Amino acid sequence: MSTLEADAMREITYCDALREALREEMLRDDRVFLLGEDVGKHWHGAFKVSRGLAEEFGEERVRDTPISESAIVGAAIGAAITGMRPIAEIMFGDLSTLAMDQIANQAAKIRYMFGGQTAVPMVVRMPFGAGASVAAHHSQSLEAWFMHVPGLLVAVPSTPYDAKGLLKTAIRNDNPVMFFEHKLLYGMKGSVPEDEYLVPFGEADVKRSGKDVTIVATLFMVHKALAAAEALAKDGVSVEVIDPRTLTPLDTETIVNSVKKTGRVVIVTEGCRTAGVGAEVAAILAEEAIDYLDAPIKRVAEPDTPIPFSPVLENFVIPDEKKIIKAVKDVL
Amino acid sequence: METYPLLEKEKLKELYRKMLEIRRFEDTVFELFGKNLIPGTIHLYAGEEAVAVGVCANLRKDDYITSTHRGHGHCIAKGAQLKRIMAEIFGKKTGYCKGKGGSMHIADFSVGMLGATAVVGAGIPIATGAGLSIKLRGTDQAAACFFGDGASNQGTFHEGINLAATWSLPVIYVCENNLYAMGTSQSAVMRIKDVADRASSYGIPGVTVDGNDVLAVYNAANEAIKRARAGKGPTLLECKTYRRRGHSRFDPATYRPEEEAEAWLKRDPLPRFRTQLLETAALTLEEITRVEEAVSAAVEAAVQFAMESPYPTPEEALDDVYA
Repeated sequence: MSTLEADAMREITYCDALREALREEMLRDDRVFLLGEDVGKHWHGAFKVSRGLAEEFGEERVRDTPISESAIVGAAIGAAITGMRPIAEIMFGDLSTLAMDQIANQAAKIRYMFGGQTAVPMVVRMPFGAGASVAAHHSQSLEAWFMHVPGLLVAVPSTPYDAKGLLKTAIRNDNPVMFFEHKLLYGMKGSVPEDEYLVPFGEADVKRSGKDVTIVATLFMVHKALAAAEALAKDGVSVEVIDPRTLTPLDTETIVNSVKKTGRVVIVTEGCRTAGVGAEVAAILAEEAIDYLDAPIKRVAEPDTPIPFSPVLENFVIPDEKKIIKAVKDVL
Repeated sequence: METYPLLEKEKLKELYRKMLEIRRFEDTVFELFGKNLIPGTIHLYAGEEAVAVGVCANLRKDDYITSTHRGHGHCIAKGAQLKRIMAEIFGKKTGYCKGKGGSMHIADFSVGMLGATAVVGAGIPIATGAGLSIKLRGTDQAAACFFGDGASNQGTFHEGINLAATWSLPVIYVCENNLYAMGTSQSAVMRIKDVADRASSYGIPGVTVDGNDVLAVYNAANEAIKRARAGKGPTLLECKTYRRRGHSRFDPATYRPEEEAEAWLKRDPLPRFRTQLLETAALTLEEITRVEEAVSAAVEAAVQFAMESPYPTPEEALDDVYA
C-alpha cells in the first residue's frame, strides 16, 4: 500500500510515526534499545523523536551517551554481535563522519570479513538535510557515501507512513541500516494506520502516476517533486513520481519500468551532484533503459559546494520546484 | 623470583601449553611465509604470548575477546582451533572466515572470539558494546579487549573506555605495550611511561605488569575480571612486553637499539616460565617434554590441514556481504 492510498486513516507527524515504530519494536523485542546523545528523559533527542521512551522503558534501554560518536556506533556494533538489536542515534547526519570507521570499516564488514559467522543487526538513525539555516556542519545529505559501502543498507523515508514502516523493518533487519530522517519532515503530517504494518526494503513507491516523464526523487525532494508535478499537470504534462524509499537495496525494476513507459527522466535529490545518488540512478538507466529514452537523463541536485548559512545562499543551492519544473521542460 | 598464589598443576600446564602453541605456531607461520606459501603479510605474536594466555586463562568459553592485526595469539589463547586459524592464514575455504579475512581478520564466534580488526584501536568501542550487551542481558560474562600501545593514542581508546567506565561495564582493557607503534617508539609519541596512568582519567583502576611473566598477567587479569563480573566496572591492564621480531614479516626492526632488544629477549616469556616450572617443581621435565611434543604435533597437523584444504571458489567472493 502506498501513502496515497492511506488517506482514510488518522494523520500523525513523521516524528510521531518514528516514535511509534521505536516504541512498538521495543515492546515487541527486549533486545531492542536506544543509545545516543541526549536521547533520554532530559531532551528526548534533538528532534524529540524519543519523547516518552526513557520514561516508559527506563534508562537502561534508552541510554544517554557522552559526545562520542565512535563509541556510540562501536558500542552498538559490539552489542549487535552479542545478541542485542541496538538503535544508535547520531544527532546530525554530518556527525556520522566522526564514526565513519566504525560504520564503514567495522559494522559494514564484520559479517563479510569473518566469513558470515555473525550478523550486525543495528540501526543508525540520523537527522540530516538542508533548509534550516544551520549551515555546513548540520545540513549535509550524505546518503550517497553509504550507498558506496557494501554491507550497509540505506533507508530514506519521505512520509510518516514510510518512516514508521521502514524503521520497523530496519529494526528487524539483521544488517546495519543507515536510516536517514530529513529534519524538515519531522513536523509533516500524513496518514498512518493504527494497525501494525511494515514497509519492505527494496520496494519503491509510485507517489504519483503519470505518463510523460518520470521523476525519481528522495526524502524532502519527493514533496517538491509532487508540487512540481501538480503545477506541470496544469500545463498538460503528466508526471510520474517515484520514491525509492531505500537506496540499498534499490528497486531498479520499478524505476527502469517507469522510464521505459515515459521515455524521459529527471532525478531529484539533495546532496551534491558529483557522484551523488542521481549519478548511480542515471548510470543504471543508461545501462538498462537507454533504448527507451527520448531525451538525455537530467539530474537536479545541489551544486558541489558545502551548504551555506544565509537563507539567500542556502535557498539558491537546494533544489526547488522551479528547478524541477525547468528540468522537466528541458527533457520534454 | 616473585611468589604467586599457587595455581593447580593442570592450570600451569595449560598456561605453558597455550604459550608454546602460540610460539610454535608463529615460528611456523614465519617459515611458511618465507616459502611463499602464505599471501599478504603477517604480524606475529611471538614474544607476547604471556599476555594473551595470562588473560584468557581467566575467561570462560562464553566470555568475549576482541583482537588486533597481531591476533593469532589471541585466537589460540581463547580456544580457537590451530588448524582453522592456519587454514585462514593460507586463504583456504576451511579457515575460520572461509578465506575472506586472512591473518589480520580472524574470528571464532563459537568461543567468544569476536574478531580481529586491522584498524588500530577500532576494537575498543566494540568490546565496550559487548560489555554493554552483557549488562543489558544480565549475565555474569566478561569481555577482554586487546590492543597495543599505539592504539592508546586513538580517539576510540578515550571514547570506548570512558563509556565503559561511565556505565560500569564488565570489560578489561588489555594494553599490550610492546614499546613500538610499528617503528615509532613510545617515547616519541607520549609523555608518560605507563599507559595505565591514563586510567585515572576515567576513574578506573590502572595496573601495569610485566607482560612477559605469565603468572603476573594471570593474577592481575584475575583480579580485573573478578571486579568486572561483580559489576564494579572496567580495568585498564597494561602488560609490558616485546615483539620477538619486527612489526610485520618484512620488518627487520633495525630501529630498536641492540641493547634494548637483547635485554628484552633475555626475558622471553617462554624459557622463563619453563625454568620457573622446573625450579618450583611444578612440572617435571618429562611432563614438560610431553607438552612440547604434543604441541609440535598439533602445529604440524594444522599445517597439513591448511596445505591440503581447498581454496574457495572465486565466486564465493560475492557471499556473506549481507545477512
